[in-house]
Amino acid sequence: MINRECGIFKTTYQADMALYTVPLARITVAGFLAFFALILPFILDVKHLVWANLVGINLVAALGLNLLVGFAGQISVGHAAFMAVGGYTAAIMTSRADMPFWVGLVGGGVFAAFYGLLVGLPSVRVKGFYLAIATLAAQFITEWTVNHVRWIGGKGFQASIIVPPAKLGGLVLDTEREKYFLILAIAIVATVALLNIARTRLGRAFVAIRDRDIAAEIMGVDIVRYKLLAFMISSFYAGVAGALWVYYLGNANIESFRIVESINFLAMVIIGGLGSVLGTIFGAAFVTILPLALEDILQNFKGVIPVSDIHSFVAHLRFAVFGGLIMLFLMVEPEGLNRLWRNIKDYFRVWPFPY
Amino acid sequence: MNEMLLEVQNVYLSFGGVQALRGVSLEARKSEILAIIGPNGAGKTSLINAVCGHYHPQRGRILFKGIDITRLPPHRIAALGVARTFQNVALFRDMTVLDNIMLGRHVKMKSNPLACALYWGLAQREEIRHREVVERIIDFLEIEHIRKVPAGALPYGLQKRVELGRALALEPELLLLDEPMAGMNLDEKEDMARFILDVQEELGIGIILIEHDMGVVMDISDRVIVLDLGEKICEGRPEEVVSDPRAIKAYLGEAIAPKGG
Repeated sequence: MINRECGIFKTTYQADMALYTVPLARITVAGFLAFFALILPFILDVKHLVWANLVGINLVAALGLNLLVGFAGQISVGHAAFMAVGGYTAAIMTSRADMPFWVGLVGGGVFAAFYGLLVGLPSVRVKGFYLAIATLAAQFITEWTVNHVRWIGGKGFQASIIVPPAKLGGLVLDTEREKYFLILAIAIVATVALLNIARTRLGRAFVAIRDRDIAAEIMGVDIVRYKLLAFMISSFYAGVAGALWVYYLGNANIESFRIVESINFLAMVIIGGLGSVLGTIFGAAFVTILPLALEDILQNFKGVIPVSDIHSFVAHLRFAVFGGLIMLFLMVEPEGLNRLWRNIKDYFRVWPFPY
Repeated sequence: MNEMLLEVQNVYLSFGGVQALRGVSLEARKSEILAIIGPNGAGKTSLINAVCGHYHPQRGRILFKGIDITRLPPHRIAALGVARTFQNVALFRDMTVLDNIMLGRHVKMKSNPLACALYWGLAQREEIRHREVVERIIDFLEIEHIRKVPAGALPYGLQKRVELGRALALEPELLLLDEPMAGMNLDEKEDMARFILDVQEELGIGIILIEHDMGVVMDISDRVIVLDLGEKICEGRPEEVVSDPRAIKAYLGEAIAPKGG
C-alpha cells in the first residue's frame, strides 16, 4: 500500500538511483515536509514547539553519530564533547568577537570537525571496545577543559556564556516558532546531505570499512583517511548541533554536554536503527519526546502516589520507565525502529495476500 | 606481446618464528593464467597477501609493471591495478551486489566528500557513468537478477561470482584469485572456469590462481608453480609439473600402484 513498486519501470540509471523511486513515496515525503513546514508550527503550543525544537537539534547531532557508528562502524561515546566544542566555539565567536550567528554555526562545525580528527586518531590503531574507551577519555578531557580553562568558559558558573539570539538580516530569531523554522531548515539540509553521502562513493567506502576493513583496503579504500573523514564529518554535524543548541538556549553551559548526553545520542541511533537515516529520525524523536511525555503522564498521578517529595519522585520514575521501555524495545526488535517500520512496509507490500 | 607484469624477487616472509615464505621468486606475464599449487601451509595465500600489500616481506622485492610495490600500502597497490578475491569470501555483507561492485570502482572515482553530500551535479554524473561500467560487469557475469540483493543473503557460489565482479570493477591488469572454486559443485566450477578464461581472453588480464582442484588447474592454466613449506620447488607447463617427481612427492601424491604390481 505504502510502497508498491509493482508496475513502476525505470528506464535510466538516474531514475534507478533516485532517493525515492516510487512515486507514492515521493508524494508521502513531500507531504511530511509540507506538514512540518506549514502546519505543525502553527498548531503546536509553545510547550510542544519546545519539544519539536529539541527533536530537531538532537536529530542533527544523532545523524552525525549514526554516520560514524552506523555507517562507518567506529564507535564513539564522546559525541557530546564534539557538541561542546561546536557550542563553545559558536558562543565565543558571537558573544566575544561579535560575529554573525551563521559564521558561528559554520565555525562551530568546522572547529568541531578538526577536534574530531584529533579524537579520531586512535581509530587508526584500535577498534571496538578499545575505541569506545578512547572516545570516553576524550569526553572527560573535553568536559574538564571547558570547565577549568578560564579562557573558554569565562568566570561564570558551570562555564556558562550568555549568547545573543540568532539574527538573520534584521530578523531576530527569539521566539520558539522562529527558532523552529531555523532548526527545521538545518535539520532538512543535514538529513539530505547524509542521504546523499550514503548513496555515493563516500558512503560505500564507510560501509565497506564497517563490513570488512581488510577487503575494503585491498579494494583501494584508504582506510586511515576514511576513518578520520568519518570522525570529521560526524563531528561537524555534532558541532553544528552544539552551536544550534547554544543559540537556541541563549547560553552555552557545560551541563548540556555531559556524558549522559553522549549516551542519549547512542540510544537514539541504536533504538532508531544503525546505518539508517530514517531510523535516526525515529530514534531522535523517540528518545527526546518519551521522557518529556512520560513526565506529563506521571504528573497526572500525583495525588495517587503516596510519596512526600512528589516532584523528584516523578523525575526519577520517568528515567526508570524510560530505561525499561528501551530494554523492551530492544528485545522486541534489536535492529531498531527502522526495522520495525520496514517489517510493516513489507507486510503491506503484498497485502492482502500472505506472500 | 607477453610483457612482464609481476616480478617477485627472492621474497622472505616470517611471522615470529614461522617462516611463511623462504626466498620465493616468480614472474607473471600479461594475459597468462599462472596457477600456484601446494599443500596447506605451503605459503600460497601468504604470497598473494604479500603481493597485494597486506603483508610486507622482510626481504626481497616485488615489482609490478617495473614499480617497486614491496612497501606500498594495499590501497595504493590496488590503484596501480592489482585486484584479488579471497579464500573465504570477503564481500561487504550488508551492501547490495550492485554496491559491492560499485565499491570496486572506488579508485576510479574522484568525487570529494562535499560533492558527495551535495550529490546533484558532479557526484550524480560520476555515479551514473560508473554505474554503466558496473552494469557491463553484471551482464558479463550473468548476475542481473541479484543486483539489489544484499551480498550476505546469496548462496556461496554466487557470492564467489560477485566477488570476482568486484575485483573486475577495479579494471585490474593483474588479478589474484585465491581458491575461486573452493566449495563449489561441478556446475558452479565449470561456470567459474569459463568466466576466468573469458576474463583472461577478452579483457587481457593476467591471472594468478590458487586452486586445489588439479583438474581445473590442468585445464585452464598456462603455467604452474608448486610451493612447499614456503619454497618454490618446481615450475613449468601443467603437463610438465604433474610428472615432476618433486611435485608428486610434495603435493600430488604417488599414483596408486597398478593391480597386481
